[in-house]
Amino acid sequence: MSNKVNEFEILNADDAELMRISREGTLSLNLDEMKAIQTHFGTLGRNPTDVEIETIAQTWSEHCVHKTFKSIILYSEGEEEPEQIDGLFPTYIQQATEEIAKPWCVSVFSDNAGIIEFDETFNLVFKVETHNHPSAIEPYGGAGTGIGGVIRDSLGTGLGAKPILNTDVFCFGMPDTPYAQLPKGTLHPKRVFKGVVAGVRDYGNRMGIPTANGAILFDTRYTANPLVFCGNVGLIPRNRCDKSVEPGDLVVAIGGQTGRDGIHGATFSSAELDDTSENLGSVVQIGNPIMEKKIVDALLQARDHNLYRSITDCGAGGFSSAVGEMGEHVGAEVHLERVSLKYEGLAPWEIWLSEAQERMVIAVPPENIDELMEICEAEVVEATVLGTFTDTHRLQVFYEGAIVADLEMEFLHNGLPKPIKQAVWTPPQHPDMASRDKETQNYTEDLKQLLASPNIASKESVIRQYDHGVQGGVVINPLVGAKNDGPSDACVVTPVIGSRKGVIVANGINPKYSDVDPYLSAAAAIDEALRNIVAVGGTLEKTALLDNFCWGNPDKPDRLGELVRAAKACYDIATAYGTPFISGKDSLYNEYSDTTTGEQRAIPSTLLISAICVMPDIQRAVTMDVKTPGNFIYVVGNTYAELGGSHYFGIHGFIGNKAPAIRADEGKLTMERLSSAINTGLVRSCHDCSEGGIGVAAAEMAFAGGYGMSLNLNDIPTGDEITADDYLLFSESNSRFLVEIEPQHQRAYENHMSSVPIGYLGTVIDTSEFVIKGTAGHLIVETSIDVLKSAWQTPLHS
Amino acid sequence: MTQPKVLILRTAGTNCDAETNRAFQLAGAGTALVHIQNLISGKVNLSDYQILAIPGGFSYGDDIAAGILLAIEMRHKLTSALNQFVADGKLILGICNGFQVLVRTGLLPGSNTSEMTQRATLAMNTSAKFECRWVDLETQESPCVFTKGIKAHVYLPVAHAEGRFTAPEDVLSEVETNNQIVFRYAESRYPDNPNGSDGNIAGICDTTGRIFGLMPHPERFLTKWNHPRWTRLSETQDSVSEEGDGLVIFKNAVSYVKANL
Repeated sequence: MSNKVNEFEILNADDAELMRISREGTLSLNLDEMKAIQTHFGTLGRNPTDVEIETIAQTWSEHCVHKTFKSIILYSEGEEEPEQIDGLFPTYIQQATEEIAKPWCVSVFSDNAGIIEFDETFNLVFKVETHNHPSAIEPYGGAGTGIGGVIRDSLGTGLGAKPILNTDVFCFGMPDTPYAQLPKGTLHPKRVFKGVVAGVRDYGNRMGIPTANGAILFDTRYTANPLVFCGNVGLIPRNRCDKSVEPGDLVVAIGGQTGRDGIHGATFSSAELDDTSENLGSVVQIGNPIMEKKIVDALLQARDHNLYRSITDCGAGGFSSAVGEMGEHVGAEVHLERVSLKYEGLAPWEIWLSEAQERMVIAVPPENIDELMEICEAEVVEATVLGTFTDTHRLQVFYEGAIVADLEMEFLHNGLPKPIKQAVWTPPQHPDMASRDKETQNYTEDLKQLLASPNIASKESVIRQYDHGVQGGVVINPLVGAKNDGPSDACVVTPVIGSRKGVIVANGINPKYSDVDPYLSAAAAIDEALRNIVAVGGTLEKTALLDNFCWGNPDKPDRLGELVRAAKACYDIATAYGTPFISGKDSLYNEYSDTTTGEQRAIPSTLLISAICVMPDIQRAVTMDVKTPGNFIYVVGNTYAELGGSHYFGIHGFIGNKAPAIRADEGKLTMERLSSAINTGLVRSCHDCSEGGIGVAAAEMAFAGGYGMSLNLNDIPTGDEITADDYLLFSESNSRFLVEIEPQHQRAYENHMSSVPIGYLGTVIDTSEFVIKGTAGHLIVETSIDVLKSAWQTPLHS
Repeated sequence: MTQPKVLILRTAGTNCDAETNRAFQLAGAGTALVHIQNLISGKVNLSDYQILAIPGGFSYGDDIAAGILLAIEMRHKLTSALNQFVADGKLILGICNGFQVLVRTGLLPGSNTSEMTQRATLAMNTSAKFECRWVDLETQESPCVFTKGIKAHVYLPVAHAEGRFTAPEDVLSEVETNNQIVFRYAESRYPDNPNGSDGNIAGICDTTGRIFGLMPHPERFLTKWNHPRWTRLSETQDSVSEEGDGLVIFKNAVSYVKANL
């Protein structure tokens, strides 16, 4: 054995000693897992080496294996008998996709990203993942390597996709948090905000990938645990979507050198943060976008010359994860002294586990190695043969001739004990808020306050820092309207230059509803993502979804109960709408504990749904800005008295108990008819009703288009008894839109939509006035689009 | 003559090469994407081409300053090939990072001596950040062969952090006197002038008009659907062409080569 390798003395360790080893080594393994390792090595009659135990810890980490989503859960609501769920992922996510069975799904859940069909020549890959823990500690580096990592997921899907679009969603603490209220050891939300945006900007812009879609949300509970979702869409030739590894193929590493950065990233991300986490600097990776661009340039040439059989990226767990996964069904032999290092002095396990960025591993048939090296040399990219894929079904790691790890693939990938977890759900009770119609007849201030609330306010100062025009294919920008500053519902790009076939990408996220019911929050996230797709001219028929769950500690039954609720909604709503999941990810343990006070905080249960839709002809796309005075504004879809978790309740300090419900049959019909109307050319502009309801949607359409509106609430279609003006104006019921219709199309439009609840809301006017009449006939909003726009633009201006 | 040939130069961090390639192809040129290593090694000869295009991006990460490392590499490793290319009356186009490179090689605004010396710079935007937005440009009287017959007002996107054209007074007045300013931002106030450029300068050419650099991206406006407000354009009121404002720049280059080289 090499003298640079240590053994872990576990054979005779008792439970306390096993847990000490796990904790002090940042292994994030629980007692059952430590015992399984102990038993396995007991049968071998030896202790594991550090390389071996680190490999197992990484492979079994929540981050890499998603064990919570695969474990058996006993779930109970109130007094009812517990329900046994054999894995949230197979039961709700995978099952939904199987039942929906879309023929255009090429590869789901098996590769680094999901793959769907695009045109005769190309498919699309799409992946969104999070980089939350690193971004909490080092926002710039954490976020930059987050986008860098998800780009490598596209590049590591099939035989490699060309990255064509980035999407980013961030959740931060409130920007005006007083410094005195910051939890110990955490950065101020403003600093996190600034660092994360700069990190994503510098990485994405340098890679030459347009960032044309995203969202930013704020809630105090994200202060210690900010969320950074990074997504990437890639374009891949249809005949480059399959991969395989043959014994005898060379294990080749391409790209950056290996250093001590990012060690234990996988296991660190699988635990809670506390007030000492800020000292864990080495777990954050260091990004170099130009290196990654060079890898893309070199690999896509090698791909097109058919020089390798399989590819994956070095993400969490570094070589350990990449080689371990690629060689799972054959075996692999790797020689660590061949790895190109940033500096001397790394122990073998550090080389093996390092999460140094911008590295890919490919399986190269020996006869192709010279040609591969030539391409890499021409692009000035380092490539190193680390070893060989074998037929031993073992993962064998050598250092300077000595074997430092010798693991059975079977134990590594299937030896993880399947835990049984407890989950409970108890509906919370919050104080409710009544309509304020009795107190006031003027909601102008409420509307301004909603537009100015940080979740709704303009994000232009951030969006402009991203290059959304590079690659020349963006046809619907993130900012639209008369002055290019209105909030687009989704972006549309044409990835094949010269073709009018488009890709729409949108997101839905509603963590506020989780405070009422995570089921409704998840359902609303799906509905919102789909609304955004439909609003620019997409269709449910051609839309696929990604799920990204960011949750608290799933070992706590109440947190897990919320996760079960959300997963159930994913199944119910995705199958009802016929929109399959093609990939997803989860980030759990987003909790913070103060080790001195014992205070525990979890983030709001947060599900991000990202949607991707193939659009046959981008000439049919519409935007949300009103176009012409004299046109009519219609509400599409029923409004209900559903303000639980709404922004309107929020600005008055309430949560409430009735969050927007999903009526999927109604919603599906509404979206299908509206898609059809848009594609027939009957709709001049369209905006979805989401945060702030009809009031905010109408104001945004008006000031984006530069024209006023004269509206009244009398003909808003309602699904239940709802007469209060503020409820009508600010309810956040799902599956609703506002549309602008030209007078000459009014009849055709009404006929087209006859099976769907629609109502006339008012007209676009040739002045800057923005007025709304309440149900009793008097003005309840009387202002101008300039005032509203300024309220919306000012808060996050700089 | 035969089809004009364009060499689109690539290096680590180049990222607008595909759309620049597309623009020249639409304009009728034959194109090749060539990594600078292949020019330095002699695998590819610059003399086989009539147009050299340096696309946008972040060459070598824009480390030290935008475009400077590629400029040094060109100045020192491609000296004679570049001098010959210019002496042969061929065309050079630099867009965004390419413009930064041309200014840092000294090819723009150019000088009377044969030495390549930097006389101007593209400094950090006055907003101190990267910004992506569409801008109105006013076409100036200039000898630039790329903008011959172009509209008086052109609408193009910018996307950069270092685009503020600035130079010593004497250089600025020389550029002005020689009519080397090709495009100015239509207004001097931010954000219409997105970077705070002296004289609202968005693009300049050398005194011959054959070397042209600009911060805006003409290759991003090749069709109507690139326009940020195409959904607002009405077929009855606006004269909407399916061709974007940017394409004519590439077409002019190709026509010039056909007629003169």
